[in-house]
Amino acid sequence: MKYTAKKLLLAAVTMVIVSFLAFLAFQIIPGDPTTTLLGTDATPERVEALRHSLGLDRPFLVRYGSWVAGFFRGALGTSYSYSMPVGSMLGGKIPITGLLTGLSFVLIVAVSLPVGLLSSQKENSRLDQVLDAVNQVLMAVPPFFTGILLTYVFGLVLKWFTPGSFVAPGENFGACLRYLIFPAVAIALPRIAMTVKMLRSSMQSELRRAGYVRTAYSRGDSRRRVLYGHVLRNALVPVVTFLAMTMADIVAGSVVIEQVFAIPGMGQLLLRSVSTRDFPVVQAIIVIIAFWVVLVNFLADVINQRIDPRLRLQ
Amino acid sequence: MKRKNTSLYIGLVLAGLVALLVVVGCFWTPYEPTAMSGSAKFLAPSWRHWFGTDNFGRDIFSRVMKGAGTTFFISLCTVAIGASAGIVVGSLTGYFGGWVDDVLMRLNDAMTAFPSILLALVLISLLGPGEYHIILALGLVFIPSYARVVRSEFARQKELNYVSSARLMGAGNLRILFVHMLPNTGPVLLPAIVIGFNNAVLAEASMSYLGIGVQPPGASLGYMLSESQSYLGKAPWYALCTGLTIVVLILGFSLISQGLRRRKKRRRC
Repeated sequence: MKYTAKKLLLAAVTMVIVSFLAFLAFQIIPGDPTTTLLGTDATPERVEALRHSLGLDRPFLVRYGSWVAGFFRGALGTSYSYSMPVGSMLGGKIPITGLLTGLSFVLIVAVSLPVGLLSSQKENSRLDQVLDAVNQVLMAVPPFFTGILLTYVFGLVLKWFTPGSFVAPGENFGACLRYLIFPAVAIALPRIAMTVKMLRSSMQSELRRAGYVRTAYSRGDSRRRVLYGHVLRNALVPVVTFLAMTMADIVAGSVVIEQVFAIPGMGQLLLRSVSTRDFPVVQAIIVIIAFWVVLVNFLADVINQRIDPRLRLQ
Repeated sequence: MKRKNTSLYIGLVLAGLVALLVVVGCFWTPYEPTAMSGSAKFLAPSWRHWFGTDNFGRDIFSRVMKGAGTTFFISLCTVAIGASAGIVVGSLTGYFGGWVDDVLMRLNDAMTAFPSILLALVLISLLGPGEYHIILALGLVFIPSYARVVRSEFARQKELNYVSSARLMGAGNLRILFVHMLPNTGPVLLPAIVIGFNNAVLAEASMSYLGIGVQPPGASLGYMLSESQSYLGKAPWYALCTGLTIVVLILGFSLISQGLRRRKKRRRC
C-alpha cells in the first residue's frame, strides 16, 4: 500500500512537470497566435482585443494555473483554426483511438505470450530458430508499410474491407471493430516480434542466473514445470515494463496508422493541428497522451510489485 | 567453439546493398528521377524499369535511389547530432556524477518514457515542416537514448584500474574522458549508434509519410510511400518496391547491431 502511494505521488509529480513543460514549450515559440488569426495587417487595437479575449495579456504563471484548472473542469481551451472548444473536438476522437489501442494491445498480448513461451520452452530448436528469423524480419517492417500491404491484400484484392470506409463506433460497433482489426494488426505485428524476443531473452537470462532453477531441477521438476512454475514469474517483470512502454507507443504510432487507414481519431487530429499550428489542440493532446504514459507506467509498477514483492523494498 | 557471426554478415550485405544504391544514386541513375513521360505511366516492373514507373511515368528505381539517399542523409545527420550531444552529456554526467547527474537522468527517464515520435511532432509543430527541421527535431529527440547508454558505461568504467592509473600519471579529466575512456566505450556505443540510425530511418520515413518531413519535389522513401498509396490499385509495385527498400535497410542495420553485440559478448567470455 505504501509502495503504491509512493508511486502514485511520483506519477503526480511527473504529471505536473510534464504539463508545465508542455505549456512552456508553446509559450517560448516565436510568433504570436494573433498574427496567425488576424493576418499581418491587423490594427494594433484588434490585436490587443484578441490578445485580451484569448487571455494572452495575463502573466505566464496565471495562464498556466488557469490552463491546468481548465483541465480539471474539462475545459481544454479553444482551437485557433476552428474556434471550437478543444474538449468537444476531442470527445469523439478519443474513443476511436482508445479502441484501436485496446485492440492492438489485446492482439500483442494474446499472440506474443504463447509464442514467447513456446520458443523459450524449445530453446535453440529448429522451431526457435525459425521464430527468431521471422521476428527479426517483422521488427524491420514499419507499421505504415504493413498497413499499406494489408490495405492492398485485404482491401483491394480480397475485398474483405473497403479502405477509407470507417464507421464510428457509436453508429455500428461491429462494423467499426471489423475495420479496426486491420490497422490493429499492422500496429501489433512488429510489437509482437519485440515482445516475443524480450520474453525469450528474459526467460533465458533468468534460467542461467538463478540458483532456484537448479534447486527446482534437482528436486526433479520437469523443464515445463521449472519454466511455468518458477522462471516465468520472475521473467515477466521486464516484459510488463516493456508492455507499458508499448501502450504509450501505440497511441503515438496511431498518428501514422490512422493516416494509412483514414481513421478520424486523435492521431489524425494531432497531425492536422501540427500542420496548421493549432497550438491549443496540440497542447491538449500532448498532455492527454502524457497522462496516458504516466498512467500505464504507474500501472506497470503496481503490477510488477504484485508479481515480484521484492521490488517493494527498493 | 568458433561460430560464424552470420547475422553480422547478412546485415552487412543487406545494408551494403542499399548503401551501394545510395552512393551510385548520387552520381548516376538509370533515368532522370524527375523526368516525366506521358506514354510510360504505370508500367509494371520490367528489364527497362526494374521497379516500374509511377503516375507521372517516372522511373521508380531511379527515384528510390534518390529517395534512399535523402533518407540516408537525414538519418546520418540525426545520428551525428544525437550521438555527439549524447556522448558529451552522458560522459560528463557519468564521470562526474553529483546532483546534475541525478537531475539530468530524471529528465532523461521522463523523456524516454514519452514516445519519441510525438516529441518530434511537437518540435515540428513549433519549427514548421521541412528537411532541416526534421533533422534538428529528430536529432534533439534522440539525444537521451545515447546519453543513457554512454552514461552507464562511463559510470562503470571510471572505477576501473586503467582510469586511476591514467590519473596517477597526471592526466587531466578531459584527457581521461575523451582519450582514454571514450574509445573503450566503443563496443557498447557502436550497436547503440546502429540502432539509433535505424530509429532515425523509421522516424524520418514516418514523418515524411505524414507529409511533414521532406517536401516535394524532394523525395524520401517515406514521402514516396504516401504518394504510392493513392495508386495502390493501379501500381502496387510502387508501394511494394519503396517499402521493401526501407525493410531491407532497417533489417540490415538491426542485424549488424545484433551481430556487433554478439561479438562483444563472445569477446568478454
